[in-house]
Amino acid sequence: MTGRVPADSCALPTDVARAQLSRNLPPARVVARGLGVRHASRHAWALHGIDLVVEPGERVLVTGGSGAGKSTLLAALAGILDPEGVEITGELTVGGRAPRQARGIVGLLAQDPDSQLVMTRAGDDVAFGLENAGVPAEEIWPRVDRALAAVGFRYGRDRSTQALSGGEKQRLVLAGVLVRCPGLLLLDEPTAQLDGPGAELVRSAVARTTADRSTTVVVVDHDAGPWLPLVDRVVELTPDGITERGAGWVPTPRAAGLRLPDAPDGPVLLAAEAAGFTYRGTATAALGPTDLTLRAGRALAVTGPNGTGKSTLALLLAGLRAPTSGRIEAAHELADGARRGGRRPDRWRAADLVGRIGTVFQNPEQQFLTGRLRDELALGPLRSGSHAATAHATAEELLDRLGLTAYADANPYTLSGGQQRRLSVATALATSPRVLVLDEPTFGQDAQTWRELVTLLAERRAAGCAVAVVTHDADLVRALADERLELQPAGSAP
Amino acid sequence: MTASLALGPAPDVALSRINPVAQLTALIVVTVVLLTSLDVVTPAVVVAAELTLLPAAGLHRPGALLRRTWPLLAGAVSVGVVNVALSTHPSVVTGVGLGLRVVGLALPGVLLVASTDPVRLADALTLHWRVPTRFAYGALAALRLAPLLVAEFETIRLARRTRGVEAGRNPLARVRLLGGIGFALLVGAVRRGSRLATAMDARGFDSGIPRSNARGSVLHARDAWFVAGTVVVCVVAVALSVATGAWSPIFVGG
Repeated sequence: MTGRVPADSCALPTDVARAQLSRNLPPARVVARGLGVRHASRHAWALHGIDLVVEPGERVLVTGGSGAGKSTLLAALAGILDPEGVEITGELTVGGRAPRQARGIVGLLAQDPDSQLVMTRAGDDVAFGLENAGVPAEEIWPRVDRALAAVGFRYGRDRSTQALSGGEKQRLVLAGVLVRCPGLLLLDEPTAQLDGPGAELVRSAVARTTADRSTTVVVVDHDAGPWLPLVDRVVELTPDGITERGAGWVPTPRAAGLRLPDAPDGPVLLAAEAAGFTYRGTATAALGPTDLTLRAGRALAVTGPNGTGKSTLALLLAGLRAPTSGRIEAAHELADGARRGGRRPDRWRAADLVGRIGTVFQNPEQQFLTGRLRDELALGPLRSGSHAATAHATAEELLDRLGLTAYADANPYTLSGGQQRRLSVATALATSPRVLVLDEPTFGQDAQTWRELVTLLAERRAAGCAVAVVTHDADLVRALADERLELQPAGSAP
Repeated sequence: MTASLALGPAPDVALSRINPVAQLTALIVVTVVLLTSLDVVTPAVVVAAELTLLPAAGLHRPGALLRRTWPLLAGAVSVGVVNVALSTHPSVVTGVGLGLRVVGLALPGVLLVASTDPVRLADALTLHWRVPTRFAYGALAALRLAPLLVAEFETIRLARRTRGVEAGRNPLARVRLLGGIGFALLVGAVRRGSRLATAMDARGFDSGIPRSNARGSVLHARDAWFVAGTVVVCVVAVALSVATGAWSPIFVGG
């Protein structure tokens, strides 16, 4: 019944929108029978033979690893697959209609709050979806206030959306979605970019607002564990299709059976002495005075709540910013041969820095510089003075190690999230730096990528690297960290 | 983050009580008058009137004023100097007149931006002037992303240093590096923009249903008085100019 949808049918049927917004419409039933989706640019089917029925008011979690087709299924349900760009087989309906016709009754909460908020004030943002549906002004504000209260938004309507934390922003986006009373609520890894407390803010708001079963809920997330208490059923997407997971199912812990190589204790390579940082034009320090040492063969985890300066500390250790108080000093062993700056990494030339301290940012895309994976991996070695032949040999070896050889000529931007993360770590390893600094390397990674990453870091540690990770990931701290530094909120520190 | 990019709740100043479309109407009147007159008296009177409105727009501290207007002042001075220097009949009065004209044309924009919340502007434009909502609220959403770009610029610059790329003292390398960062920013902005468009569509934006407006936008009598006052100032300016014999409209042998 779906197949190719004519382009002119994508306008929202007014009667459905009106019925939904006056809240006469029941929660939607979702039916997929033999659903297959293939992107025009790819040979393989992203989804194949998917059978799934979600009853009205049910809450279902769709899980699965990277590349299992979770995002494609979600886009299909939301009716936002580009009809020109995909081939669709089988049947998919939402509330008895093709997804494209049902768009007005589907609410979508995606990952990045900053690309979902429209207005500068919280209340205006929630009102946006009601204005679009032509709801009379006098009905709008009472409904906005109810939606804000329902998600547990703690501020007034006039609160600037920029002054909110990530978790609070996502709660606000959720209010803006729920105020339209969707028949189907789609959640696309809504906590992937949040820390633990932020993710909990979002999940508790979802649990509270959907407890009355007024809407059908489909959550798509590779990280199944945290959602289990609030869903009725779990289905897992695999390359072979879809598998129903019975009651009592729990995902295998990602660290289960992980055996990491031991490392000999080595000398201190980099040390911070009362290093602190205050941004220009601000009164309070982003990072209070901090002491730490990074030793060869040891991994240090930097933890602590948001806003304690963890990422700032990573920038200082990486030689990207100079501390505004105290100092960061490299050991002679590490600084030896740097043409400028002596033992202060922030004064080193970039070409010297790249061979000594490898840094991995939160967002891999910000560090990509070339149009091919192969060039991306050769860039660091070339910059630090390796011969072209050596640099390219290093690149090929890393591609092979990370299972990315098949994509050697692909553009880094076209990789999946997990592949991009592996590539960004590989680019930092390509110059064999003695110190590795990583900011939230496991954010949003599935179990498979997570294990690969932890193993890779442990191998570098065994080879005599000093590793520093800034992280909220308790599993990562348990599996990898030899030492732990917990940053305290300003004021509570001695 | 520069102050001019910080968008937030409306500044509460006297001039914000004038409806944005009334301010825009006044701006058009001033623009037409200044564009058609080439003397020094007309822009002098108009600029003097505009300066009296600065405190009403919350721009009474010289520091805040200078930070917002220094490119404008630099432009006005250079327009005056260049015209005097390149003119066949150089005259300081002509130069001052042209410089004042630039200031007179730009100040209404400065006043508007300083006193007007972008959301109120979009509301007023769509409700009173029937500007398409897709354009007005689309632009509003894009504007919200501007401060994010500033933060991202700095992150990308640091990210390049981690890959061994920096310009050092070579000016050519500096330009190339800036170009590369600009491209990376653009790619990021396009991606974020398309995600935002999806999110807006998912909330029913531009779906063919006539849009309502939760905040509304009301035209008061004071808005009419504001426009009338602007017309009076312009009439006085032209009358003074004619009376002093300085009047030289652009269409008559300008």
